[in-house]
Amino acid sequence: MSSNGRIAPSTLSVKDLPWQIHWDKDRCSLCGRCTAVCPVHAIELGVHRQRLVETPVGLTEAPSNVYRVYYGIRQRTDPSYACVGCAMCTLVCPNDCIIPYRSDEADKLRYHINRGGQPRRRGGRRNVPGGVLDQIKFIRISMLTDPALDAGRHEFELRTLLGRVLPPEENMKLLHEEGWIPPVREIYPLMIGAMSFGALSPNMWEGLQMGVAYLNEELGMPVCICTGEGGCPPRLLRSRFLKYVILQIASGYFGWDEIIRAIPEMKEDPCAIEIKYGQGAKPGDGGLLMWYKVNKLIAAIRGVPPGVSLPSPPTHQTKYSIEESVAKMIQSMYMAWGFRVPVYPKISGTTTALAVLNNLTRNPYAAALAIDGEDGGTGAAYNVSMNHMGHPIASNIRDCYLNLVKLGMQNEIPLFAGGGVGKSGNLAANAAALIMLGASGVQIGKYIMQAAAGCVGSESDRCNICNIGLCPKGITSQDPRLDRRLDPEQVAERVVDVFLSFDTELKKIMAPLGRSTSLPIGMSDAIGINDQAAAERLQIRYVV
Amino acid sequence: MCRLIAVSSDTPQSPMIAMRALDVMQEGHDGSGVGLFLSDLTGPFQELKGVPILSGIFTNAGLKRLDQFMKDVGFMTKYKMAIKVPKIPPPGVFKRDIYLIRAYEYPETWEELSESEIQHRLMLIRLQLRHMGEEKEDMIVFSFWPDVIMIKEIGDPLTVAEYLQLDRPELQARVIMAQGRQNTNYAINLYACHPFFIQGVATMTNGENTAFVPIWEFLMSRGFPGYVGYQSDSEVFTHILHFTLTRLGLGIQTYKHVITPLQDEDLDHHPNGRFLKHLKHTCRRLIIDGPNCVIGCLPDKTLFLVQDRKKLRPGVVGGKPGLYAISSEMCGLDAAIPDRDKSKDFQPMYLDTAFIRPDRQEVKICRQTEELPLPH
Repeated sequence: MSSNGRIAPSTLSVKDLPWQIHWDKDRCSLCGRCTAVCPVHAIELGVHRQRLVETPVGLTEAPSNVYRVYYGIRQRTDPSYACVGCAMCTLVCPNDCIIPYRSDEADKLRYHINRGGQPRRRGGRRNVPGGVLDQIKFIRISMLTDPALDAGRHEFELRTLLGRVLPPEENMKLLHEEGWIPPVREIYPLMIGAMSFGALSPNMWEGLQMGVAYLNEELGMPVCICTGEGGCPPRLLRSRFLKYVILQIASGYFGWDEIIRAIPEMKEDPCAIEIKYGQGAKPGDGGLLMWYKVNKLIAAIRGVPPGVSLPSPPTHQTKYSIEESVAKMIQSMYMAWGFRVPVYPKISGTTTALAVLNNLTRNPYAAALAIDGEDGGTGAAYNVSMNHMGHPIASNIRDCYLNLVKLGMQNEIPLFAGGGVGKSGNLAANAAALIMLGASGVQIGKYIMQAAAGCVGSESDRCNICNIGLCPKGITSQDPRLDRRLDPEQVAERVVDVFLSFDTELKKIMAPLGRSTSLPIGMSDAIGINDQAAAERLQIRYVV
Repeated sequence: MCRLIAVSSDTPQSPMIAMRALDVMQEGHDGSGVGLFLSDLTGPFQELKGVPILSGIFTNAGLKRLDQFMKDVGFMTKYKMAIKVPKIPPPGVFKRDIYLIRAYEYPETWEELSESEIQHRLMLIRLQLRHMGEEKEDMIVFSFWPDVIMIKEIGDPLTVAEYLQLDRPELQARVIMAQGRQNTNYAINLYACHPFFIQGVATMTNGENTAFVPIWEFLMSRGFPGYVGYQSDSEVFTHILHFTLTRLGLGIQTYKHVITPLQDEDLDHHPNGRFLKHLKHTCRRLIIDGPNCVIGCLPDKTLFLVQDRKKLRPGVVGGKPGLYAISSEMCGLDAAIPDRDKSKDFQPMYLDTAFIRPDRQEVKICRQTEELPLPH
């Protein structure tokens, strides 16, 4: 800063930023790749003036100053251009001479990312690493009294049901009388959760869809994927691959004009319909696709003008009560596909989940309940919603499951858990823990972005700029220059890798517990935790 | 892992046939309990067919409470069998006051009741007695049902059998099931001792049931008062069978489809594929995960054997027309029926249900992939 420079309230130094870029002048070849790749223009060409003191040998010449100029980069400190820590500069640097480091103290930037009175919005997850799911261990190991199974050689049936399952007596009676029995899908217990076409780039979406199709058609794993609230590309709606797709309808109804028009031309029924009432990352708030990402293609699929932000309302505006929003909407969606497609609501984790569940138990059409916990990811949300709103998934699922047990309906309304599954990389362990707490299956979103496409976002607030369409990996961008960084074929390959390795790991958990014939839903005797309060709350064993 | 033997014979047999079979299989049980189920009874009990027989263990005070209770309900003792035991029990066997086997006359007020109502009430009385006994620890009740006697005690089977003098003519029966218990993960408790019984259905099992918790949660939430207990993880097998037969109205051939359903590819080719897929979905919480060999007796006195999906436990059935046995080990079968044609012994595999119908003419095998005799 020059001597007559001005200091504004939001004038920050590099030290005040969450990420500091370390740059090694000696190794830099001035290729400029780092400044070109930086999604937020946090670094720019730096022309540095340097004073050198020259002290010649001998007494004839006096020591003198020499000024020289050298070039390199400079980290910008304007809050709008603060480094997000994505480290794309590191990725592209040919000489490994640049890397962002996390500040050693809480940054000061957080007090200033609300210019123009706009609170911070971002993508990613709640910025809190770890969680209770990682602490749950599998403690009932079959030893001698019953043999542990062989994860590699024994037959396993890793399947779950999505759909309203009737009580045995009623189901068999209706089958005999040829009455209507709600449709039930037998699916893989790990689902790819709702990420919309729009939130994700076309290449990412295509890659996920191809991966799912391959898993189903070549590997016989009935994996399904939810569209999120953004409609579905017309070709997919009219293809046979639609049967692996869960179409989501949410409060903005984006894309549903296209979907409804396609119904008469559909070759296959969709796997299911998910009615989104809430999501874990921004509970009680509607979906959000910021204007940066609403290009012509997205606008066309969603049926909106391009270049405007698309905030879905927090609730379905045409409905005023749970009876309206749940019962009528579920029934309408059933009717659209001739009562052949399961329809279920998805809510964010909340203490009122039990009230919703109890309502669903009395609704003969409700096919499931998906609950998205506070650790769920998103493409765009207000920071305050992400960090401070919501309910952890573990206790929410457990309460709901135990409530179903009390009602004797634990096999009738499957619960699907999402939100932070695999947040620390322990996908199979987290999923198995949730299943043993009572979930029939789990949904992942952020994890598959990280594992299948190399998303660099983290709970240390790294990157997390999915909302503005500048995803440096091309995962959540609608800019073709970024999007093309991602090869859909390679994404598909990674999706397959993820599911295959998950499958093996899940078997490696189930086999020692002596389980293989059916998914160990609610097998709470198999899990324990070294936190007494959590053990009591979850009604599982406390182990130290 | 427990040892199991079941015998079905045209000519009445002494329970000792089963006890001796358990004795040769003694390396597989540890004396933590022996259970005996007798049906198709002879002697005095044959004359009393149709009236309920109460089997249990009572203290003197418990017996008084029982008498008062039964009097209040209106049951009159019709026949009682006294088991007088030596004053000092053999090592490892508890000292008990009374081993009770007593047949009752139905109350007059029950005459107009339907059979299902009578059956329901009999079960409720058994449960009430059990509950009373648990309160004051003075009664243990195993069964209260026509043509069924059950005896359970802690100790080595042969020692217990001699101590209780099971080799008496009144106890001869045509259907005998016995289990020698290898205590595993649950406390030594007579209610944890097989065979388990509910409304004419009895089963016994070896091996642990790894899916125990979700299964008993499901059973207990059916709203049926008889689905209680679960001191042993094996009790759920009896209740699942009862559920299949009575609540779903299905035959024994479907039992295996409930506990170990076929995988989807097999169901797609099964003649009853659609039915079985529904059964699998709707009874998903009753799927067992083994390792188990389940041997049981149906209300019509059919004996059967099924294995878990992976056949992780042994089990063999053999005999000759008029006398068949099912045993968890070959040596048990050898002890029970040494003079049979061993080449006709059959070890059911993971798809099989083996039956011995009450005519005792053959061992019938039903494979899960075969068409089912479904009610129309």
